[in-house]
Amino acid sequence: MTLNRRIFLGTGVAAATTLAAPTAFAAGHGKPHVVVVGGGAGGATAARYIAKDSKGEVAVTLIEPTRQYYTCFFSNLYLGGFKEMDELGHSYGGLAAGGVNVVHDWATGVDRDAKTVALAGGGSVAYDKLILSPGIDFVDGAVEGWDLSAQNAMPHAYKGGSQTELLKAQLMAMPQGGTFAMVAPPNPYRCPPGPYERVSMVAHFLKANNPMAKIIVADPKPKFSKQGLFQEGWANHYEGMVDWIGDDFGGGNVSVDPNAMTVTIDGEVTKVDVCNVIPAMKAGRIAELAGVTDGNWAPVNAADMSTKADADVYVLGDAAQQGDMPKSGFSANSQAKVCANAVRGALTGSKVFPAKFSNTCWSLIDTNDGVKVGATYEATDEKIAKVDGFISATGETAELRKATYEESEGWYTGITSDMFGA
Amino acid sequence: MRFSRLIMLSFAAAFAAGGAFATGLGDAENGAKKFRKCASCHAIGEGATNRIGPHLNGVFGRTAGSVPDAAYSKNMIKMGAEGLDWNAETLDAYIENPRALVSKTWMSFRGIKKSQERADILAYLRLFSDDPANFPEAEPTAIGTDHDLDPAILALEGDPEYGEYLGSECMACHQASGASDGIPGINNWPTEDFVVAMHAYKRKLRPHPVMQMMAGRLSDEEIAALAAYFKDLE
Repeated sequence: MTLNRRIFLGTGVAAATTLAAPTAFAAGHGKPHVVVVGGGAGGATAARYIAKDSKGEVAVTLIEPTRQYYTCFFSNLYLGGFKEMDELGHSYGGLAAGGVNVVHDWATGVDRDAKTVALAGGGSVAYDKLILSPGIDFVDGAVEGWDLSAQNAMPHAYKGGSQTELLKAQLMAMPQGGTFAMVAPPNPYRCPPGPYERVSMVAHFLKANNPMAKIIVADPKPKFSKQGLFQEGWANHYEGMVDWIGDDFGGGNVSVDPNAMTVTIDGEVTKVDVCNVIPAMKAGRIAELAGVTDGNWAPVNAADMSTKADADVYVLGDAAQQGDMPKSGFSANSQAKVCANAVRGALTGSKVFPAKFSNTCWSLIDTNDGVKVGATYEATDEKIAKVDGFISATGETAELRKATYEESEGWYTGITSDMFGA
Repeated sequence: MRFSRLIMLSFAAAFAAGGAFATGLGDAENGAKKFRKCASCHAIGEGATNRIGPHLNGVFGRTAGSVPDAAYSKNMIKMGAEGLDWNAETLDAYIENPRALVSKTWMSFRGIKKSQERADILAYLRLFSDDPANFPEAEPTAIGTDHDLDPAILALEGDPEYGEYLGSECMACHQASGASDGIPGINNWPTEDFVVAMHAYKRKLRPHPVMQMMAGRLSDEEIAALAAYFKDLE
């Protein structure tokens, strides 16, 4: 088992020399090495495509702490009772079988001079090209009264997995006629329609199980994604249940008290039973540690997703500051393919094709009531720029909404097999 | 029977005026003969009912897949829900190559390549739809001017390597396994059908908004490249 020996040696050498050995465990002798940090829609896709398309010419290591990845997209459907948690979980076995060296560990730092990534479990990995796709973290102090120590009392449920399950458990335990509060995030944030699809799915659950319950949303924004479609849907399906308080009505002036379970909106204190706090977001911490962020996000070049700070470090998905694309799994997957093509070209001389990006976000409002918004994008010198787009219309027929929902199910199967190679 | 009288009148008027409509549609009399190809599955005229396929009274202006109790493929119903209405242009595209417009349609008919023959049949069908006097100017009878895809476009040789790269964008939704749950599989799609379908999206004949957007920014060469890649994808 040469791989095991190499890893063993690599770890030993790195530990003994405190990361002084830049080629700690390069996965192939003389082969160019790509390290990908983060196994979500951006990272898993990039790792898979580089390994697949280079046909063994490029060694690819994926660093991802979790053994089972739970998608954040479609997690609202779990809250609404349309999906089981198991259906949202995906293992990395398909990537490993496809030639990606999958390392379950946390990346704790990047030495861009030595071109190595340090791991929490000890040792480091050397790279020729580094792709960071770390998703999001939360801005400290974004919501007064809330920090990570409060996430059990007031879950964010904005990273898939245990937090989603916690929010569902709290929703199910709500007393009859109780109040569900959401503190919505300011722009820019992951999945623009996400909080409002969540409101819809929570309302769907409550309508069936707790029909006198109320939902209040404190929102720092004056308007939101697919607003007309959601508000039409809330009026049609959940009349009188949802109270959305936008910035014009003080929705941005908010604080919470996780011990007392109260939310204060524009000076008015409300006792709530469940409180979903979705704070302001920033790039996943490793991007900051790598020194490729400027403010909360990592600025990138649109043609290949390389960072403005370092031509050998790329950032994909939510963490990237790229221009017009929304932060979504679809966007990350799209960016990953452009990046993979460019990285492979740079390392092996394979043909590099022009960047083309696209995104579509489906949202479910109620049973068989799906809507969508999408756009295509191109790379300009300044940014990823929107070319063309569409959005579902209000007043569409039930048949069309049902077809849109069924299409979203097809998309979920499509993108997850595209990410994980299942 | 007001309906049938109207039809009789239109026939009479049409034939009196020289046997063909002085319009963009073709010769209804010849179309009536050619319709025999269709008649084994479709009934038309007074008292027509659904047979293997839906009856064709009032087909102009009708939403695809919308005749009550008719047997339709899932795709036909879906495309109707997404906005496919039958007019001269969409019907022409459909009977030229049914599967190119509606994948997996149950209409197992190879299509009619001769544009004059299609025009004649449409002229005949048109007699059994509302407002014959209005055409050809307005929807639903407006006639497309560029239906026939330039043979040069069909003849383009695509670069499969470029097609593989462009096709990676398709795989965000269309499953690599070729399965068709919610979104149709597109593996092994015959080249010509693929190219015709993609241009139909690009020209907004096929109704799906995502596909109109995706195809809308593809060049002729890029569509050819995608077709070259997907035809051999298992």
